Amino acid sequence: MKKTWLWAILPLVALITSIGIFISTNPLSPLGVSAPPLENLTIERTVLGDRGISLLVRAEGSEPMQIAQVQVDGSYWTFTQKPPGAIPRLSTAWIDLPYPWVENETHHLNLITNTGISFEHTIDVAVATPQFTLSRLWGFTLLGLYVGVVPVGLGMLFYPSLKTLGGEGMKFILALTLGMLAFLLVDTLEEGLELANSAANAFAGSILVWAIAAISFLTILTIGRSRGKAPEGQSLSTYLSFSIGIHNLGEGLAIGTAFAVGEAALGSLLVVGFTLHNLTEGIGIAAPLVKSKPTFITFLGLTALAGLPAVLGTWLGVFAFSPHWAAIFMGIGVGAILQVIVEVGSYLARTASKIGGTWLSKISLAGFSAGLIVMYGTALLVNF
Amino acid sequence: MTFDVSRRSLLGMGLLGGGNILGKFLPSKALAQNPKQHDNHFTSSAVHGGSTTVGDVDNDRNGFSPRDILTDWDGGKVSQLPNGQTWREYDIAVEEREIEIAPGVFYPAWTYNGRVPGSTIRVTEGDRVKINFRNKSRHPHTIHFHGIHSARQDGVPGTLEAMPGEEVVYEFDAKPFGCHLYHCHSAPFKRHLHKGLYGAFIIDPDPKRHPEAEQQARSRLLGSSENKQWQEFLMVMNAFDTNFDEENEFYAVNTIPHEFMKRPLRIERDRPVRVYLINVTEFDPVNSFHLHGNFFDYYDSGTTLTPTLRTIDTVMQCQGQRGILEFSFQEHAPGQYMFHAHQSEFLELGWMSAFEVVT
Repeated sequence: MKKTWLWAILPLVALITSIGIFISTNPLSPLGVSAPPLENLTIERTVLGDRGISLLVRAEGSEPMQIAQVQVDGSYWTFTQKPPGAIPRLSTAWIDLPYPWVENETHHLNLITNTGISFEHTIDVAVATPQFTLSRLWGFTLLGLYVGVVPVGLGMLFYPSLKTLGGEGMKFILALTLGMLAFLLVDTLEEGLELANSAANAFAGSILVWAIAAISFLTILTIGRSRGKAPEGQSLSTYLSFSIGIHNLGEGLAIGTAFAVGEAALGSLLVVGFTLHNLTEGIGIAAPLVKSKPTFITFLGLTALAGLPAVLGTWLGVFAFSPHWAAIFMGIGVGAILQVIVEVGSYLARTASKIGGTWLSKISLAGFSAGLIVMYGTALLVNF
Repeated sequence: MTFDVSRRSLLGMGLLGGGNILGKFLPSKALAQNPKQHDNHFTSSAVHGGSTTVGDVDNDRNGFSPRDILTDWDGGKVSQLPNGQTWREYDIAVEEREIEIAPGVFYPAWTYNGRVPGSTIRVTEGDRVKINFRNKSRHPHTIHFHGIHSARQDGVPGTLEAMPGEEVVYEFDAKPFGCHLYHCHSAPFKRHLHKGLYGAFIIDPDPKRHPEAEQQARSRLLGSSENKQWQEFLMVMNAFDTNFDEENEFYAVNTIPHEFMKRPLRIERDRPVRVYLINVTEFDPVNSFHLHGNFFDYYDSGTTLTPTLRTIDTVMQCQGQRGILEFSFQEHAPGQYMFHAHQSEFLELGWMSAFEVVT
């Protein structure tokens, strides 16, 4: 018994020893290469206030990074750094610039390190960053409710008419849900990868999104099937709500960050677009409930689960945005959506076999396509 | 002196305004002007910031200071040749060194004698000049002197080019009088220049050879009693591309941005001022010099004893162009008079200075 433990530890010890030897002997020196320090800097947040511009920067150099000078619009500008001094790898610091920025105009910033390397950052449209106040918090809460909860709730209102549908109608609606989910899957994944790109490179954001998507997909699938069979009815609706909720968190983030970076016009358009867009989600969530007799509380709970994350998203987007965390949320969303695609798909197959058909039919193709088209059509309102 | 509104906003409110942050760098006199509150939504604390580099360069570590470069003329080792000609001998070495070219920003420079710009060689028209040039760096280098000389003395690739570790000797008669420069001419040319291989080469006129303008010639001749009345400064307009994208990040006279804005250059009101101005700015086609509240006479290339341009307040120089500026603040009230490039881009990136006129 003892010997087997030894064989688990020995390789690890050998590994640590060999790394130690590599570092201490520097086997690269005969190759004539020296590793110059790599420098990289990510600007994670930009805050425009009545005292000027503040930037939250994350250092990604192979060694601690020193910001020596800062240009704003091609002019060197006084700044203070908190905390001062060199920024250790993967740490953050705030750069405060008492710069008289101009509302609705573009500003270019350029951070220059002690080696003279420069890192550019553009503020496309300068508008004061919303500061945290209770009234603002309430305002963004309403916005989140409007985007998330209201349309999902409205979609649920289709429930009575869904009940009147026959077997073919049900197939259509489930296929519609699948189409819609397929669209959301791609959309959420794209959003996640985009956020990963704007996060610090060291976090290997895009790999992170894929990995978290895979883990969350398998986790939720395992939980969903822990009773030995695929979720149906209320529990399937709950998984639908959960996955759509995470997607809506992403939508909330998009709206919140749009307002935070001053693109209020874009933000407002996003609100309208997402509201229309999310109506379909309510129909999708209600579809698996057709066979059961859900209470009003169930509808309320499902609406909250799918819609309230949009509120959380707007808060995060406005007041505390950091791209790598947002990318992680999106990764979870991708996994969750994939899980409901599998489950709704299997539910569709079972529904079809009950009425003596297969999952693949003209009606399900029509439903799937309709789902994609509706989502694409409403997405036109929010994409640029 | 008055400022118009646009100038004030151009220069950045904080630069001339009082401020806590700036107060650390600027003597209180540098903040003499008191601009009105800027008409925007900013609170007063924001106005206290300003358009300047943050911190100071460690001149001791660099081993040279932009202020010293203004006046440290190098006459070389002087002796007399049998024919009566003055003989001036110089030792110049190329060294690769990292220098601080702006507060906190280090640049892997190539230098003549460890500084940028290199030593200011100042001789008199007709002197015999000998340069012992040593290349202590890892690349071939030359010294190409502006002036009149034979092809054999030209200092271009293939001619008097010193390979790493080598030494070559340049020898020529100093002519014509004027404000010239020297620089490396090895390939790739652009890289050798913007890394810092340039310096001033001033040839004072020999008054005996210019009886028609002897007084003016004497006033330029270093060491003459007439010359002592003048306050003479060497200003080399240069710039640094620190991220090697062929655009400059920092602009200055004598290498260090904002140096003479943070600590204005003191001049006595009753003595005339002469500026030897040389443009070696790489990547930008021209640079310029603009003087506030005053006008100057300009001698293009310094090769004439009568001004080539009279009563101007801005002069433009192409890369490699240079000239002599003469002006006086005798009629002026004491105070601060800015001088800077009139390309707003350059001044906001460091080429911004001021004279402190005192009685």
